Amino acid sequence: MLRIVNLSVEVDGKRILKNVNLYIKKGETFALFGPNGSGKSTLLNAIIGNPAYKIVGGRIIFKKTDITELPTNERVKLGIGMTFQSPPKIGGVKLIDILKHCAKLSGREEMILKLAEKLKMREHLNRSLNLGFSGGEVKRSEILQLMLMNPDFVLLDEPDSGVDLENIAIVGQAISELLERDKDDREKAGIMITHQGHILDYVSADYGVILYNGMIACLGDPKDILNQIRKNGYEGCLAKCLKDMI
Amino acid sequence: MSEGYDLEKDKLREIGIEFDPLKRSGTFLQRDQEVSTVATFYGGVEVMSIRDAMKKYDWVQDYFWKLVNREQDEFTKEADAEDVNGYFIRAPPNVKVEIPVEACLYLHRVKKQKVHNIIIAEENSELNIITGCTSHPAAIGLHIGISEFFVKKNAKLTFTMIHSWHNKIEVRPRSGALIEENGTFISNYILMNPVKIVQMYPTAYVNRNARVIFSNVIVALDGSTVDSGSRAFLREEGAIAEIISRTISKGGKVITRGQIIGESGGVKGHLECKGLILSENGEIIAIPELIAKRPNLELSHEAAIGKIAEEEIFYLMSRGMSRDEAVSAIVRGFMEVEVKGLPEILKIAIDKAIEEMRDAL
Repeated sequence: MLRIVNLSVEVDGKRILKNVNLYIKKGETFALFGPNGSGKSTLLNAIIGNPAYKIVGGRIIFKKTDITELPTNERVKLGIGMTFQSPPKIGGVKLIDILKHCAKLSGREEMILKLAEKLKMREHLNRSLNLGFSGGEVKRSEILQLMLMNPDFVLLDEPDSGVDLENIAIVGQAISELLERDKDDREKAGIMITHQGHILDYVSADYGVILYNGMIACLGDPKDILNQIRKNGYEGCLAKCLKDMI
Repeated sequence: MSEGYDLEKDKLREIGIEFDPLKRSGTFLQRDQEVSTVATFYGGVEVMSIRDAMKKYDWVQDYFWKLVNREQDEFTKEADAEDVNGYFIRAPPNVKVEIPVEACLYLHRVKKQKVHNIIIAEENSELNIITGCTSHPAAIGLHIGISEFFVKKNAKLTFTMIHSWHNKIEVRPRSGALIEENGTFISNYILMNPVKIVQMYPTAYVNRNARVIFSNVIVALDGSTVDSGSRAFLREEGAIAEIISRTISKGGKVITRGQIIGESGGVKGHLECKGLILSENGEIIAIPELIAKRPNLELSHEAAIGKIAEEEIFYLMSRGMSRDEAVSAIVRGFMEVEVKGLPEILKIAIDKAIEEMRDAL
């Protein structure tokens, strides 16, 4: 579904991603690990087309279309959707108005209230986007928007950070639904960034990938990789990865 | 009906004038110096020309030049003339009318339109006014409007003024408001269309436990200069002032002023100016002033000017909006001041103005 070929990306003139290659098939979910500053968010932002992330080499192919030069809203129409780590606060722009736009993409207008209820965001509908929202509320608002967009390819930038224990199950279940993790025959695919890996207790993934210094450094079973990182840190995990390859 | 008449009606509707007894409790229309329509649809409220009011009540004279100094400048002196006209709107004691009174000042043929308005909300009354000021597209001239607002004990007055001029009109309103004990005065000002120059600095005198809210939404287009401020004297304990402005420059120059003077202890004031520049050659100057004359009071201000954040545009595009839709949503959100009692017609007018601006971006 998504093919990334030799992708290099700069932010503020600094090269963050270096020749990244990745191939994700229909039905697959990737868990993306890596230390701070390794380029995880950069990769996701480059896929969705954030103009602050400049593609200086390589291509992004989605559903057999080269989307490297497409504006963000066109990529969204093709079926890519993303939840952001720290989305902006926009005064006067109400959550409900944005939700209506999201729902229009998928024809899910009827589901706005039901899904808002499910993610405990009913009370926030008429408030300005993210103004005065808690960390967990911001994340739930992001997931809610994506549930209404119902994209084929889902990008999740740390959906579990700042979410308290009480709500992580709700968020996890919503993400599982987005990625059709409970189905045997899945149409959806996606990439999920997780720092602590908590979300993996609720959402299964097919592969784990480590991004290190802007390069794909390791690919394997997500739970194994997470255990290695927890035990030996990123350096140790990479060393082991290298050894296994030989 | 002539085409000219329809054109005028459309123009008036833009600034909130409906001529509809179901939507308005009274109506007043002044063309140049002559009053052409006066009606009250509701028993309690009095609406008439200031000339008629002076004939009817000899005490009206006592309200003249009480809150605005007639010697203040060349414009006040000019308005202190024999041929001055204007409106007199009064809610008698204990009369509460939610449906607004509409008043319109229309500049057509004269070089100088001189207006003196007296607005009185007597004790325990409630009065809502929508006033629109506009001009014929071909008019060239100067509008001087003196307005004196008297909000008596426990009364509440909401005054929404919409300006829709043309680029050959110079506008010099001079306004003062006295808010007596426990009174509330809410003043909303909206300017969306081109104008040569608007310059004003309405001043409120706020007494014990009384409150004033000034809220301004100003769009300055190419060639327009808008110098607009609001001032509040907090004179007695418990007085509260809130001054909010949202200004957008699309090529025009805006000077947005605000001044809160704390003259007594136990008063509270807050000033908020936010500006958005949508054009390379626009200019916004924010001048907030706080003057404290006693130790135990609370005055604060915040001012911020910028352009639309690319991050916000990108975010909304990631939710399926086009770039234009995203910019429009952000600008509309920026102008969304929680103004109580904003009529539906006005919301439509604001939306339309933004839509036009978006197309020009």
